[in-house]
Amino acid sequence: MCSLEKRDRLFILKLTGDGEHRLNPTLLDSLRSTINKIRSDPSSSKSVLITTSDGKFFSNGYDLALAESNPSLSVLMDAKLRSLIADLISLPMPTIAAVTGHASAAGCILAMSHDYVLMRRDRGFLYMSELDIELIVPAWFMAVIRMKIGSPAARRDVILTAAKVTADVGVKMGIVDSAYDSAVETVEAAVKLGEEIIKRGGDGHVYGKMRETLLREVLSHTIGEDESGLSVVRNTGSKL
Amino acid sequence: MCTLEKRGDLFLLTLTGDGEHRFHPDTIATILSLLEQAKSQSTRGSILITTANGKFFSNGFDLAWAQTAGSKTGAANRLHQMVESFKPVVAALLDLPMPTIAALNGHAAAAGLMLAISHDYVFMRKDRGVLYMSEVDIGLSMPDYFSALVRAKIGTSAARRELLLSGKKIRGEEAVGLGIVDSAAYDSEEGVVEASVRLGEKLAAKKWSGEVYASIRKSLYPELCGILGLEARVFATPKL
Repeated sequence: MCSLEKRDRLFILKLTGDGEHRLNPTLLDSLRSTINKIRSDPSSSKSVLITTSDGKFFSNGYDLALAESNPSLSVLMDAKLRSLIADLISLPMPTIAAVTGHASAAGCILAMSHDYVLMRRDRGFLYMSELDIELIVPAWFMAVIRMKIGSPAARRDVILTAAKVTADVGVKMGIVDSAYDSAVETVEAAVKLGEEIIKRGGDGHVYGKMRETLLREVLSHTIGEDESGLSVVRNTGSKL
Repeated sequence: MCTLEKRGDLFLLTLTGDGEHRFHPDTIATILSLLEQAKSQSTRGSILITTANGKFFSNGFDLAWAQTAGSKTGAANRLHQMVESFKPVVAALLDLPMPTIAALNGHAAAAGLMLAISHDYVFMRKDRGVLYMSEVDIGLSMPDYFSALVRAKIGTSAARRELLLSGKKIRGEEAVGLGIVDSAAYDSEEGVVEASVRLGEKLAAKKWSGEVYASIRKSLYPELCGILGLEARVFATPKL
């Protein structure tokens, strides 16, 4: 499911195992409880979180097969991811996504919800797949997209062409901060960046509050918004 | 005045004749009805390309017609009529269940430029044609949906300032730099149209669902859709 490692003052959260790390209710609960554990750690306001994964995928999005079998689970997964993203946005420490595999749809939103996105350039892509698999993009996903991708043309390319964005293209588009030649180098760079940030000092609580203000628009969607027309599955199965 | 042609997957909307293609209420009504026609005939893989003949794409509203009202109030009423009746054209383009491309053969000013940027992609010529928001020069205020369109499609404050506040006539290369158009690499009217057709065919090959495409497009621009009275969400029925 997911593992938590502490390396000096760095928290390393990993989506474990060789699968697609689909964001089903169980994994989402596991991630949330791990984030809560990190938040309540006494060293949290002087730490950094790095999120990464094993295998070919960072995360291939919601568990659509599950949603197909039980449509109410679609609502549940969306609510759980919203809460997780709200937790990440309010987390009293900087966050780094070390993207070492494909990140699609909800999985891409999870990656982009980190303050820094570092990605390998030799494999993998960011992919807002909804147009290809005939899912509606929830309004709160769009809020993340608006906050994290500055150029209207880049947003259009990501959302309205379902572009498969490799790391170097992601850097040009302003979605990815920096690109590396392998998975190992990506994680190493994330660790190095984390250590640099910690060295700068500063109070994580202040950081978290400022981030909440900056990303207020996302939070206004994630907490307490009533949306009855949620994304509904039309086709199952990703094209990956 | 204007024609709608079908060429395979492509709908080609052309503002015909050699004039300025100013938007008189009759022109606006015709454009709206042709867009409705394209919508009713749309299938997976449909594309709209909008272009014009001659030196102008469009020079905006028919202000001369407004002046012939004979009085200041009369002129203001006629202008208001054109502003109000053009709003559904922008809405129809935002709502159109297919990718849209504006192929600018020549000058696009004021409402003419708004027509252009209501499309998903905009191409213009390198050698001819300028983009010009004349309002600041002729002392007209801007309708709310014009500003919302500019905010939705043009990302930087510098670009918005250059476009709306400087009274500048912006040529191809600068338009690309400001993020107003996608490309200005073409030396002729045929070149712009050919490039649009090439892009159109590439997008058509994806065979996207038009309904999903339109829904996702609208969710990219929530502020604009709010002002246009467009529901950004589609209440999709689940596939059983």
